[in-house]
Amino acid sequence: MEFISQHPVLVASIIKIAVLLFIVMTALAYLTWMERKLIAHIQSRWGPYFVGAHGLLQPLADGIKFLFKEDVTPPGADKFAYLLAPFLALSLGMTAIALIPFGPPSVLIPFLNQQAFSVADVGIGLMMVFAITAMGVYGVALAGWSSNSKYPLMGGLRSSAQMISYEVSLTMSVVGVVLVAGSLNFNEIISNQSGYWHYVPFIPKWNFGPQIIGFLCYLTAAIAETNRVPFDLPEAETELVAGFHTEYSSFKFAMFFMAEYANMITVSCLATILFFGGWLSPFPDSWKWQLFLPGAGLVLLGIYCAWDTLTEMRGIARLQLSVVTLLCLGGGLLCLVPQVAQVIQGPFWFTTKILVILFFYIWLRATLPRFRYDQLMSFGWKLLLPVSLANLVLTAGYFAFKWTRHG
Amino acid sequence: MSLPVILFFLCGALAVAGAILLIAAREPIHSALALILVMVALAVLYLLLGAPFVAAVQIIVYAGAIMVLFVFVIMLLNMGVEERTDFSQIAKYFGIPLGGVLIVWAAYWLLHSRPAAAIGTGSGMEASSTRGLSTLLFRQYLFPFEATSILILIAILGALVLARKEE
Repeated sequence: MEFISQHPVLVASIIKIAVLLFIVMTALAYLTWMERKLIAHIQSRWGPYFVGAHGLLQPLADGIKFLFKEDVTPPGADKFAYLLAPFLALSLGMTAIALIPFGPPSVLIPFLNQQAFSVADVGIGLMMVFAITAMGVYGVALAGWSSNSKYPLMGGLRSSAQMISYEVSLTMSVVGVVLVAGSLNFNEIISNQSGYWHYVPFIPKWNFGPQIIGFLCYLTAAIAETNRVPFDLPEAETELVAGFHTEYSSFKFAMFFMAEYANMITVSCLATILFFGGWLSPFPDSWKWQLFLPGAGLVLLGIYCAWDTLTEMRGIARLQLSVVTLLCLGGGLLCLVPQVAQVIQGPFWFTTKILVILFFYIWLRATLPRFRYDQLMSFGWKLLLPVSLANLVLTAGYFAFKWTRHG
Repeated sequence: MSLPVILFFLCGALAVAGAILLIAAREPIHSALALILVMVALAVLYLLLGAPFVAAVQIIVYAGAIMVLFVFVIMLLNMGVEERTDFSQIAKYFGIPLGGVLIVWAAYWLLHSRPAAAIGTGSGMEASSTRGLSTLLFRQYLFPFEATSILILIAILGALVLARKEE
């Protein structure tokens, strides 16, 4: 106990990292489920259905399968770099999430008096996230080079070129937001977006409106940066088998897979913070009923699951569904307690916004065809970069004008 | 020993090890990786000195952009293992003694200089905030800053001239 009272920061950080790691790992697993399910339904299929009710245990089955597959190292591979690449990809992808604030800094952990919802509230959080994601290229490049094989090398080359090109536009597109907020700290960027527009009192003052060009540039560059459709040329299966991770098998492949989803989550978190007001609610503070939205939502989900349990034919699936029902109903009732509702308000809105952006990501994958490589490059350099630069010049010009007028 | 001091020695050792590995490695990609290790270790040292902005810029610019370009070119050319040449005679008779003299001189200078700000506290550092750093860079040290940028420009021109094919 004495140790805990002497090192509150250390103890709080370890607890927060453990909890965050658990949540992110689970979220990664179920993001794959969500993607397969959504794409299947968009294409009029069922998607995973047989492992667990609605395929809910499919991520677990996939994980076990990856663990028990034979781990092949290709002959002539550079052993060190071959091992380092998936490790780098996954660890960097997960590290960036530690800087994201999932709720208001005013919520503290009891007894330790540390912020509950962000592992590290750094003064220059945005720069730090970019520093960490900038290193992500090495995972892909090293994987492509060290496999000692043609297709991975081509995939690695393509993707390093693509990631360097789009990183410029990605960074340029958010400088406008930094100018608006006057800070690189996430919590300050978010609190700068609170309140409503003077002339349109029902639209929240998020950066999404004034920085719409920046947002579109950010979204496009972010999709390219995470190597997702329509920019998934590094792993274009029609041309390159599977791109940079062709020679990877077993759990090393799973690590690349998880890294891709972790990057998707990071990028969605950033978009939420920079353009959609982070953990702020879209409704005015005076609307007290919004406190009970998360609880009510969970209870409704529980009722739907209960109905689903009754109509389910398979016995095992019925058992699993009833467990889900109990979890949803219990969680929902817990969230309806006013004190709990107050605390989870921030994370609830944050998660909702992230889920909307992730849905958009998956929707794109089901809809758009892949770019050709020269189209990709000319799009990035000839259109995206000039537009994001123009946005920066416009924003800076506006502020220069405003400051000279009003001092 | 407190945590910042342990981190300082750890990252200092990593930086030195990376620098030695950079020269000793025979595979070009391993040299590049060692250089990245040096960059990241230096960034952690900047963090410990209370200059997070400089640390982030160090990683973004050097590890995230310049070294990616290095790795990219090495991959593109698909370079093999380096060939070792014999030890240069000039290096043997002048380089090694000169290196020894430099190390002794640096150690003497370090031992007799006034103690710097304590590690991990960031005290006495105006560069700890982004605003403070920009004030330092664009007011007080504007001339060295501009001089460095002209030097880099000249280096770029020189590289272009060297890389141009003879007509």
